[in-house]
Parts: sequence; C-alpha cells; structure tokens
Amino acid sequence: MEKTGRTMLAKIWDQHVIARLSEDTDLLHIDRHLLHDLGGSRGLLDLKSRGLKVHNPELTFATPDHALSTAPGRAGTSKIGMELLAALRVETAASGITLFDVDQPGQGIVHVIGPELGLSLPGATIVCGDSHTCTHGGLGALAFGIGSSELTHVLATQALIQKRPKTLRARFEGKLPLGVTAKDMILALIGQIGAAGGTGYAVEYAGSAIRELPIEGRLTICNLSIELGAKMGMVAPDEKTFEFLRGRPYAPQGEMWDLAVKAWRELPSDPDAVFDREVVIDVEKIIPQVTWGISPEHVVGVDGVIPDPKAVDDPARRAAIETALEYMGLQGGAPIAGTPVDWVFIGSCTNSRLSDLRAAAEVARGRKVAAGVRAWVVPGSENVKREAVAEGLDKIFIEAGFEWREPGCSMCLAANGEVVAPGQRSVSTSNRNFVGRQGPRARTHLASPASAAASAIAGAIADVRMMGR
Amino acid sequence: MPKPFDKLTATAAPIMRANIDTDVIIRIERLVGNGVRGTLGKWAFGSLRYLADGSENPDFILNREPYREAEILVTGPNFGCGSSREGAVWSLQERGIRAIIGSGFGDIFFANCFQNGILPVIVDKAVVDQLAADIEATQGAGKVSIDLEAQTIVSPSGARHAFEIDPRRREGLLKGLDEVALTLQRDLEIHAFQDADRTARPWIHFQKTPASRTSA
Repeated sequence: MEKTGRTMLAKIWDQHVIARLSEDTDLLHIDRHLLHDLGGSRGLLDLKSRGLKVHNPELTFATPDHALSTAPGRAGTSKIGMELLAALRVETAASGITLFDVDQPGQGIVHVIGPELGLSLPGATIVCGDSHTCTHGGLGALAFGIGSSELTHVLATQALIQKRPKTLRARFEGKLPLGVTAKDMILALIGQIGAAGGTGYAVEYAGSAIRELPIEGRLTICNLSIELGAKMGMVAPDEKTFEFLRGRPYAPQGEMWDLAVKAWRELPSDPDAVFDREVVIDVEKIIPQVTWGISPEHVVGVDGVIPDPKAVDDPARRAAIETALEYMGLQGGAPIAGTPVDWVFIGSCTNSRLSDLRAAAEVARGRKVAAGVRAWVVPGSENVKREAVAEGLDKIFIEAGFEWREPGCSMCLAANGEVVAPGQRSVSTSNRNFVGRQGPRARTHLASPASAAASAIAGAIADVRMMGR
Repeated sequence: MPKPFDKLTATAAPIMRANIDTDVIIRIERLVGNGVRGTLGKWAFGSLRYLADGSENPDFILNREPYREAEILVTGPNFGCGSSREGAVWSLQERGIRAIIGSGFGDIFFANCFQNGILPVIVDKAVVDQLAADIEATQGAGKVSIDLEAQTIVSPSGARHAFEIDPRRREGLLKGLDEVALTLQRDLEIHAFQDADRTARPWIHFQKTPASRTSA
C-alpha cells in the first residue's frame, strides 16, 4: 500500500497515545484541563467522594465564568452562583490547582483565557467541561469539550479514552470582502453543510483565507466547530501563531521556546495527507451572516430573505422552518434586515476578544444605540477588559449608549440571571440561537461583533457594510 | 458507576424534530449547583413539556398516555447537539429514559450517554422513520425491544433491525464498567508516558505546586 501523508490530527493524536485500547480507540494523555465554576467543584467533589486525588493539579487550571454576574461589582450573582464560586475556591486550593479568581488578571471565559495566558499551545490536548473547548484549536491544539463523567476521569487520571474521529478539511479560499469577518465565514460554512455536517469529524480549517486571519479570528472559527457538530476544530500553527504566543505567561520561554517552535513546525498536515471529507468555501461570495431560526444552520446573508416554508417541498424541512419561524416570530419570505431588535449582546467565548471589541467600537464610535434597544458589551476576560479600557474602547461604548460589563459568559447561556426577556429579540455575537438559550422564549440572532454593533445603532438587524466605515 | 444494560422492552416515544439540542433537553438554570442530580426528571424537555404558565402542554408527546411511561425515545437527526452538559443525559435518565434510537447524535451527548448506562442506538434514518410510524400506528401501545447482546431492535410491527455499536462501548454497557477504575489500572503506563513526555515535550509539563491544604 502506498504511504500517504499524515493529517495534523493524526500527528497530534499519536503523540498522546498512552495505550491503544482497540483498533480505533486510545487512552490519550491530556495536557491541559480547564475547570470553570459550573462543573469544576462538582468534579473535584466527585473525585473526593471516590477517595481519589487529582492526578496532575499542575496541568489543571480553573476560573469562574459561567454563573458569575457581569454587573459592575458582580452585583446580582445568585446565591447558588456564589456557592459555586466558594466551592471552586475551596476545592482548587485543596487540590493545588491554580485558580484565576474574580478581578485578577487571568480570570475570564475559559476559552478566552487559555490562549491569552499561553496555556493553550499548538499540539497540546486540551479539555474542559464545555463544548466550546474546540476554540483552542485555533492555535493548533487538539481541544474538545467533555461531560461531567469524562471530567472526573481526567481529574483522576490525566487521560481520556477517545475514539479517533474522521477528518474533514474545510478550505476557505480567496480574499475576505470588506465588512466580512471570521464569524461570517464559519456561519456560512454551517449554513452550507448543516449543524450535523461535522458530526463524528475533527475539522481542520485551511486555505488562504484562514492563513490570512489573525489568531483571534481563527479562535472564533474553531469556536463554532461544535455548531457544525464537530467536537474538535483546528488550524495549523504558523508564524502568526508563534508570534501570538511568544512571551505569554505560561508559554515556554528561552531555549524551551525554540525547542517548542521547532516541534510545532512539524504539526501541519502533510501536503499529501488525505482527509475523509473535503469542503471548499469561496470566501469572496460571503456577505455578513445573520441567523433567522433556532439552529446555527438557519442562517442567511444579511441582504437575504427569511426562508418561506411554502416554497419548501420536503415536509420535514418545511415543518422545521415553520417551527423555527413561529418561535422567532418571523414571516417567511420577508427580508431579514430591518427586523426590529430589543437587545444586543457583544461578548461570549466566540467574540469577546480585543479585536472583536475594536471592531464593534469602530462601528459604535460617535453614534448612538437606538431608543428602546439595550446593548451590552461583556469583555471575555479581565485582561481583555483592562486592555480595552487602556485603549478607551469602554468610553466609546458608553458614550454610544452601550453598557460596559465585567468579564464572564453572561447572556450567551443565561446561567447567571442575565437573560433576554420572553419574546424579546436579541442580536448576539455568541454561538447558539437555540430555543431559550438566552432566556426562556428569548429570540436570538447570531452575528459578528460589527453586525451586532450596527444593529444596536439601527435598532434593527442591519448590514454593517451600509454604515459607511 | 453506570448500571448495566442488556435488554429492554418498553414504550417508545417518537420525538422527531431535527436538531433537538441539549438546551432544549435541559435548561441551564436547572443545572446550576452541585446538588442538582436527582431533581432533573421533571425538567427534562421543560420548554416543550410545559406551557408558559407552568402547566403541562397536552400536545407534547411525553405528556400523553401511554408515552408518559416511555423508556425509549425515537429521535430525529442530530438529537443532543450543542452543549456538553451531562445534565441532559441525567434529566432523561431521571425521567425514566434508558435508550435512545436515532439516525445521529451530538458527539458529546452520545459519549455522555454511555457514561451513564444509557444506550444510544444509531440506525439509518429510514429505520428510525419506520419505527416512529410503527409506534404511532399502535398509538404507542406497541412496545419496542432492544437487545444489546444481539444488537437488534424489534419494532411493534415485528420488524427486526440490526444495529452497529462500538465493541468497547457495548461491553462497557453490558457489564456496567466504570472507565475511571479501568484507567486507574493503567496508572503505571500513564506515569511512564509522562516521564518520557517530559523529555520529548518539556514545555507541556509544569512543576507541581503544593496544595494549600491537603484534602486527606
């Protein structure tokens, strides 16, 4: 048999095999384990109840993000949220796990702080009890979300039993048009292959448009892998990756840095590597995307129309569109732009990094949030917040009528009392427009930070390209 | 530790909408707190099961007889997509669900099922659709049988369908194996891997910091 090249997935995977358990299932070493307030203390308590200790506390890092209020002073964190925070403090301290606590540099959304601190590295296996762990793949890591049982398994053993996924390469080719962002690229892919298009696959994002993207854009792309059905998504590391990581607190330094970079240069898929599935996306055809329904695959270009169920022959698809439109309170066949909005949320592990806030501020500067719209900006981490303040982004937002908040998950998942009211419509830079995701009966439209800011100003879903900047 | 699963004959409820995500299976606020397990059964499918005023939605299948007693779900494509919350599986389990048959599941939800002794069965969409039609033809009275050992499903119409399952996962379910205990038996191998890896990839490994308090 002719020998073909190896994919990046295969290279990283093989470096982590502790034991081969069957033809396609291995016991993998886990290099980084991130804990958060919703599931972290539960896992540590579960371990304790089994009479076990954390196998490698020095490879485990924790921060509160999910259940914490993002109001100034953290006012309004629920009693149970405070209990979870207290438990996380006690249990991480007892186990020798580093905790990045509230108001400290390092605190933030787990998927923002991992890359920011240099904890997330190319070629590393990274897990967290959160499905958006795929985000870290933007640095060339093999990163994926796990449930509570697997979380306990990793705490106890620093290893995980995993079945090798199939490989899908999504090549984004061409030059990104003005006003179109990483968020629009990945939403367009989800629209093209569907919310289950990546199920069972590890996705490698490649192509000229991915190479052109700065690291934060690659993190956004990888973040939505799970909305494609893929629990892992990754981008090959390159010079941009190395420059991004150089000098970060937990990144290797000195001679160790050189050694690491040498190894990281070997990680990209070989030119003759064969993938189980290939998809090519012409990015020059992408326009700013916005979702209209209750799955991220329910997405259109902002100049497009909401699908009309009457025009769909397949009964299952027609019923799905009708269900979505009923929930969203929308009419099939109407243009999506101009739909009035009540809320705008700029934040989440998808789009709360400095470049996201800059993009939104660029649109907001010198303008005003429309009357009747509530607009929040929630930086992804304490460090992002401080950098944004140092640049004066907070002032731009506040002057424009946005509320400037403390770092955390906030309104992305509504685990912290921060919700969109029933029946209200939100444009959100987060990752899920699921039924009730932003609060019971809340209606969510996913979009990029620039599109969200434009919609806040317009008071309706807006095409940022018409805003003249 | 998961309870073993071998055979099940039970009422099955078809929930055929595509892309039922784990937020729909269990809302996040029901999962905030370390004491939520055991309280989740009544909140499974909360947004579908209850009306805005908190009363039961009579149209939702699990609120109707005989589906109220269902131990098997027959599901549309991509069931359990979305969040990694294992509470989705816990809530279904606490609601009495022991097996889920569908044409595809969210990857993390699928793995979480096995961790809890719930059997997720993947069969072709045509088989799922036929099963749902057979169940509805008996208005839910006809039971569905699943035999994990034999890897077969029998529809209320008597039609028998084979299914594929990863042999490791099948064995784990049949015996109710605990993965943590199994992996801990390999602790010497884990340590050997880490020792070698400290030389191969020293930048991955940090010094252990002493615990501020020992949890002896």
